[in-house]
Amino acid sequence: MDPTEFSAAVTGTADAARIHCTGDLNVRADGAMETAYAEAAALGAHQITLEFEDVGYINSTGIALIVRLLTSARADDRTVRAVGLTDHYRHLFDITRLSDYMEILTDAPVGVPTGAAATTGGEGA
Amino acid sequence: MTELTRPKRRLFGRGSASPEPGQVPVSASFVTGQVRPTDDPFVAVQIAESDPLLAYLQTASGPVELARLELDSQAVRELREAGIALVVPLVSQGELIGTLNLGPRLSEQEYSTDDRRLLTTLAAQAAPAIRVAQLVREQAHEAAERERLEQEMRVATLIQQQFLPRELPNLPQWQIAAYYGPARAVGGDFYDFIEMPGGRIGIAVGDVTDKGVPAALVMARTHSVLRAEASRSDSPGEILARANALLVPEMPARMFVTCLFAVLDPVTGRIVLANAGHNLPYVRTAEGVVELRATGMPLGLLPDIRYQETEGIIDPGSSMLLYSDGLVEAHDPANQMYGFPRLATEMAVDDAGSELLDRLLDTLHAFTGPDWEQEDDITLVTLRRASGVADATVHASTLLTQFSVPGEEGNERLVMDRVAAAVADLGLEPARLERLKTAVSEAAMNAIEYGSQGRPDIAVEVSVETTPRAVVVRITDQALSGPVPSDAEAPDIDAKLAGLQKPRGWGLFLIRAMVDEMDVTTDGTSQTVTLTLVREEGA
Repeated sequence: MDPTEFSAAVTGTADAARIHCTGDLNVRADGAMETAYAEAAALGAHQITLEFEDVGYINSTGIALIVRLLTSARADDRTVRAVGLTDHYRHLFDITRLSDYMEILTDAPVGVPTGAAATTGGEGA
Repeated sequence: MTELTRPKRRLFGRGSASPEPGQVPVSASFVTGQVRPTDDPFVAVQIAESDPLLAYLQTASGPVELARLELDSQAVRELREAGIALVVPLVSQGELIGTLNLGPRLSEQEYSTDDRRLLTTLAAQAAPAIRVAQLVREQAHEAAERERLEQEMRVATLIQQQFLPRELPNLPQWQIAAYYGPARAVGGDFYDFIEMPGGRIGIAVGDVTDKGVPAALVMARTHSVLRAEASRSDSPGEILARANALLVPEMPARMFVTCLFAVLDPVTGRIVLANAGHNLPYVRTAEGVVELRATGMPLGLLPDIRYQETEGIIDPGSSMLLYSDGLVEAHDPANQMYGFPRLATEMAVDDAGSELLDRLLDTLHAFTGPDWEQEDDITLVTLRRASGVADATVHASTLLTQFSVPGEEGNERLVMDRVAAAVADLGLEPARLERLKTAVSEAAMNAIEYGSQGRPDIAVEVSVETTPRAVVVRITDQALSGPVPSDAEAPDIDAKLAGLQKPRGWGLFLIRAMVDEMDVTTDGTSQTVTLTLVREEGA
C-alpha cells in the first residue's frame, strides 16, 4: 500500500470518537475526511479527537479540510481535539490559529474507547 | 469628365494620377455626337488648388460657357486650349466633386437652352452616382491600406519578439524582472541581458526612433551589434562607441537609437554604465531615489562619439529601474503626462522582486484610465538586490540540484522530497528543514495548480542552490493562469469558520511564514518563486 495514501479510521462512543488518520493529509483526503466526520457524527459523539501520529505530511489543502471539519463540528455543537502532531505541524496549527478552536494534546488522550469501527480510505483507496 | 476626390484636403492637394503638387488630375471627355471629335478623346488638365475656377464652379448654377468666362485662370486657359467649350459642374451634397467638360457642338452652333437644361439634369443625376462610386473606391483603398499597415505591424511585432530575451538571468540574491508592452503601432524598444566574463551581466535597454518594420529592423541590428561588441569589451562606454561606429554608416535617414548599457557585477553589486541618449536609470537606496547620470549622443547619428561611464553600488535592499520613455510620456485623459517626478515617487517605495514592476504598471494604468490607447512601447527592467538574508556580503552559490516535474496534481510532494534529499547533507536543523519542506510543497502546488493548470505536459522547473548562509529554492512555472496575486486576501480562521472565507487559501500565508524571504519574478511567459531559508537560526 502507498504509505502516502490517506485513510481515516473512526472509533468511539456517543461521548467521544477518534478519527485515526494515516497517510498524507492533502486534497486527496477530502472524501475520507468528510466520511470520517459523518461516521463520528453518526455515533453521536460530543467530542472528536483527530489522531495524527501516522500522518507524515499536511499541506494547505489538508489544513482546509480540518477547517471544514471544524466548521461542521461547531455547527453540530461538537468539540474537536488533535493529538499526535509533530512539532512542525503543531507550529502550523498555531500560526493558522487552528489551535484557538481545537485543543492540541501532546499525549494520547485518556478515556477514549479504542477499537476500529470503520476505516475510510482516501481518493483511490 | 473631371473628377475631384475626397477628402477635401486631398481634393485640391496631391493628385492620385501623378499630378504636380498642389494640383488635381483632370480629364476632359467628349460626348459622341455632340462634340467635335479629336484624335485623343481624353485630355488631362491640371487645376491648381488656388485656381479661381474651382471656387467659381462651386457656386455656379449650371453649365459654364468658357468663352464668356472672365477669370484670370490658368485652368480656363488650358481647358480652352484643350478644346473645351462648356463646363458642367458636378455637385453632390453641396460639394464640387467633378466637372463634365464638352467641346463645341458639331453643328458649330452654341449650346441651346434645352441643351443646357438637359446637361444640368444629367449632372444633377450623375453627381450622386459618381460620388457613391468615389466613396466605394476610397473605402476599398483605405481597407487595403489598413490591411497593409496591420500586416506591417504583425511583421514588426514578430521581429521585435524574436530579439527579446526568452528568460531572465538567474542570479542568486537578485530579483530581476522585465516588461515589454508594445504600442499598437509597434515602436523600436528593446532590452537584453548578456552574460559577460567573470559572472557579470550586461544589461541593455534601448529605443529606436520611428515605428513599425523600419524600427524593428534597426532594433534587430542594434541588438546584434551590442551583443557582438559585448563579447569584445567589458567597458560599457567602449561597447556603445563601437556599436555607434558600426551603426552610423547604415542608419536610415532621420533614425537613431537611444540606448543605455550597464554591466552589473552581481557579487559586489557594482554597476558601470554608459548612456547613448537614453533615460537615466533610477536607483532606490536607503537614502532615497537617485539617478545614475551618464550622457552621450544616441547611436547612429554621428561618428567618433565617446561615451562617459558612471558607476555605483547597488547595496542589499536597493533597487534599480531602467525604462523607456513610453512610461514617462504616457498621458491621462486630461492630456497630462505621467512624467519623471511621478516615476521617482513610485520608485521610492520599497518593493520586493517584481512588485516594483507590477506596481509601476498598476499606477500607470490607474493614471491613463481604461480607454487609454498606448502611444509608445513601454519597457521596464527592474533589479533588486536581496536584503536581510544577504546583508552586505553576497556569497557564491552552489547548485545542489535542478530538475523538472510534470505539472500534475500531487507532484508537489515529489518536489518536496527531492528538495529535502538535495539539502540532506547541509545539516539543517530539523525544524528548519520542515519549514523549507512545507514552503517548497506549497510553492510547487501553486505552480502546478495555477502555473501549469494541472497539465502533466506543462513542466514545473525546480533548482536548489546553497550559499554558506542560506538555501535558495527556485520554482518556475509557465504562468498559464497569470501571476500569483500579491494582494490575495489574508486567511483568517475566524472568517473561515464563519463562512466568510473559503476553507482554502493558506498557501501563500504558509510560504511567507516558513521561509526567510519569498520573491516572485515574472517575464511575461514564466514565473519564478524564489524561496530563501537561512541555514542557521539567527545567522
